[in-house]
Amino acid sequence: MAKTTFEEISAADFFYRNRDIAGFTNPSRGVFAAVRELVENSLDAAESLKIPPDIYVRLSYTGEAGRETKVYKLRVKDNGIGVPPRHIPSAFGQVLFGSKYKLKQQRGTFGLGGKMAILYGQITTHQPALVISSTGMSKIYAYKLRIDIQRNRPLILDRRVLINKERWRGTIVEFSLEGDYGRAMPKILEYLKQTAMVNPYANLTFVDPKGRLYRFTRVTEEMPDPPKETLPHPYGVDVELLQRLIQVTPYRNMFEFLKNHFHRVGETTARKFLEFSNIRPSKNPKRLSHEEVVRLMRMLKQFREFLPPNASCLSPLGEKLLRAGISKELKPEFVAVYQRRPSTYAGHPFIIEVAIAYGGEIPRKGSFLIYRFANRIPLLYDEASDVSVRMMNSMNWRRYKVTSDMPIAIAVHICSTKIPYKTVGKEFIADRLEVRREVANGLRQVSRRLQRFLTRREHVDRERKRLDVFSKYLPKIAQFSTQLAGKEKNPDIKKLLRGVKKFGT
Amino acid sequence: MERRKEVLAGLENFGLKIYEQLDKGYFPSIEMPSRSTENIYYNPEVRQFILGDRKVLRKARNIRHLRPFTQLVWTAFFSHELSAQRKTSTLRDVYYSAQAYEMKFKDQQESNNIITDLETVLRFSREDFNIFPEERSAVFGDLTIEYTVPGYEGKTLNLTSHPDGVMIGPALTSAEFVKTTADKVIAIEKGGLFTRFVEENVHKKFNAILVLTAGQAPRATRHFIRRLNRELDIPAYIFTDGDPWGMHIAMVIISGSANAAHLRELTTPDAKWSGVWATDIVNYKLPTDPLDAVDIKRLYELQRDPRYKDPLWQREIKTFLKIRRKAEQEAFSRYGLTYIVDEYLPTKLEETK
Repeated sequence: MAKTTFEEISAADFFYRNRDIAGFTNPSRGVFAAVRELVENSLDAAESLKIPPDIYVRLSYTGEAGRETKVYKLRVKDNGIGVPPRHIPSAFGQVLFGSKYKLKQQRGTFGLGGKMAILYGQITTHQPALVISSTGMSKIYAYKLRIDIQRNRPLILDRRVLINKERWRGTIVEFSLEGDYGRAMPKILEYLKQTAMVNPYANLTFVDPKGRLYRFTRVTEEMPDPPKETLPHPYGVDVELLQRLIQVTPYRNMFEFLKNHFHRVGETTARKFLEFSNIRPSKNPKRLSHEEVVRLMRMLKQFREFLPPNASCLSPLGEKLLRAGISKELKPEFVAVYQRRPSTYAGHPFIIEVAIAYGGEIPRKGSFLIYRFANRIPLLYDEASDVSVRMMNSMNWRRYKVTSDMPIAIAVHICSTKIPYKTVGKEFIADRLEVRREVANGLRQVSRRLQRFLTRREHVDRERKRLDVFSKYLPKIAQFSTQLAGKEKNPDIKKLLRGVKKFGT
Repeated sequence: MERRKEVLAGLENFGLKIYEQLDKGYFPSIEMPSRSTENIYYNPEVRQFILGDRKVLRKARNIRHLRPFTQLVWTAFFSHELSAQRKTSTLRDVYYSAQAYEMKFKDQQESNNIITDLETVLRFSREDFNIFPEERSAVFGDLTIEYTVPGYEGKTLNLTSHPDGVMIGPALTSAEFVKTTADKVIAIEKGGLFTRFVEENVHKKFNAILVLTAGQAPRATRHFIRRLNRELDIPAYIFTDGDPWGMHIAMVIISGSANAAHLRELTTPDAKWSGVWATDIVNYKLPTDPLDAVDIKRLYELQRDPRYKDPLWQREIKTFLKIRRKAEQEAFSRYGLTYIVDEYLPTKLEETK
């Protein structure tokens, strides 16, 4: 009989073995995911200071790897907040270390992406990563480091301190990785274009391995307010979260515990809840048994009188910026945007923003162009499964005078403290009733505006055509009848033509 | 000659009416009899279809009327040019000429319709405007004519001078009849039989002018048969295939078509349909083909047609429906090539006198 051995693996080891989860499935997805993760970290780093981001990405070819894969060097530079020197090794060399464990709207969730990219580079090329960062003070710190996969610890190979004469602020990450840029190229470019669309205040520059330069220039300096951190809403908690709160709480009774650790719970609500759930207000939370914690969670979910979460922790793009982004990247003839009021699902607040664009440089391709965004990042895969796409497919577009052969683009942005992704791949939004309703209402709203636009244009078109017909034929009638009648001079028909115009408009 | 002046005056007057409306600052309009089926009646007195009292008003103010209105004015202008310069033109020609004036017609049908409109407005037929359809019918027999067309004025021609017959075109249509020895007109549907009749000297043996209709007789040919019948005062006999379509070729020569209800002087009410009858098929035991579904449908239509109310026609329709067979004129060849001329023709001419 074989003996089963149990071993503990580190977080880094876990992701090393399961890198599909983070999107590093194959050489093509690997290079795409690496670019994407670093760009998103850079955007977050700039936005947290409300500085318009300036991000420079360079992917350069360094050698052959396999039959279809090559080795590239990826360098991403931003003008963000910078990382304090003592945090640099852990922030870039230790998986699941980071600043992203609080409840507010953010692009990443686990602080995983950037490190996964470095980890992926390390396991495919065995090269260390270079991280240079400054918070804008007098020094710049440069680290050469590697991840010790089994122990999930950063290994510092080299550390330098430079004088920051120009007070540069930002972060540069550079490492080698294996990948297939040829196949990843369309996705990377699409990703950058769509990122530019929902971040119209960002400058994105990309130099690809062939030396081609792609620039996405900002059209505004205006930025949405950064999201505020918030407490968890009672409807959204699970046992694990409760346990952690109990561990860290300084409060010694349930009344204070509830009042201070939960979103939208004040004195009255806390009192009412304790009555409802039959818990003594003076009970010490640290004394709750495991069963009592489970019961507490159930009661929290059952209590009907919690106010819905408010949206102060969300940072939607706003109608003005969404319009600017769509106009800049798609150059359409017409845009309608709409921001829905905040709503919630399972204790998580969310806001849906919808835009519809028509004509201009949008191609006619027999179906709509669809852009999906979650917390200002584009979702590029699994379009057909997404709730917004399903909603679009079930809509009766003819009601809005819209047909599939029209040049139409639709963008749906959901922002939330917890995006309801359906799968760990995080590529599409689950079909949740509350989300579906918001998307549907948003789509209807912008579609009605498009319909008004189309109707008005049709009317103007028809009027112009009408006038064209009169100004084409009346002169001929005048000419031929004059010749038939043997008259010298054509009758004056200008007045008649003017009459047609007045009548028409 | 007088007619040409009348036509020119009519066209000029039409142009003047429109000019005056425009000059007063109005959108011009034209009133004309409606040619819709609800306004077409059979008039037993004149023995042809006529238009009723219903009128239509074409208004240049109406965007849907504007294009056909303009086309109508152009067609009048173009017809005036033709008549004034004594040029002739075909329907096809008109269709293409329009393009020279940036007056594109959608298709031949559209331009034909506009020409019919002009006929209706002015109550002249398109031949009066020197617009002719593509010709294919011919005439042969002892009739001397005198041309009136430019360059041929005063020249005469005897219609026996060419064994293939003389084409019934613009020149012949406008020619004057000088003299003839013939005492009847025989109209024949098919070219093969027409040639046989010429070869067998039918024109001499029966003192006849032979007219080839080549299927449904064109208007010019119908007008020509009418003139032969009226001006020479001789009877006309019509020979067609023994089927509903042949029957109707004869009927259109006799009583006209609904399409030409706005026109007069195209019919020969006294002309006779001499064969091939359904009863001939039975009596002469002719080789036949079965009637197909379209033939039968057509027979039921003709049965209800006011032009067919005469007992002879009704009897023949019934016989066709009973025997369910049809026969072509060539079917007589089973009795030898000359049988039709030697036996059938004299019998039928006698029978339908």
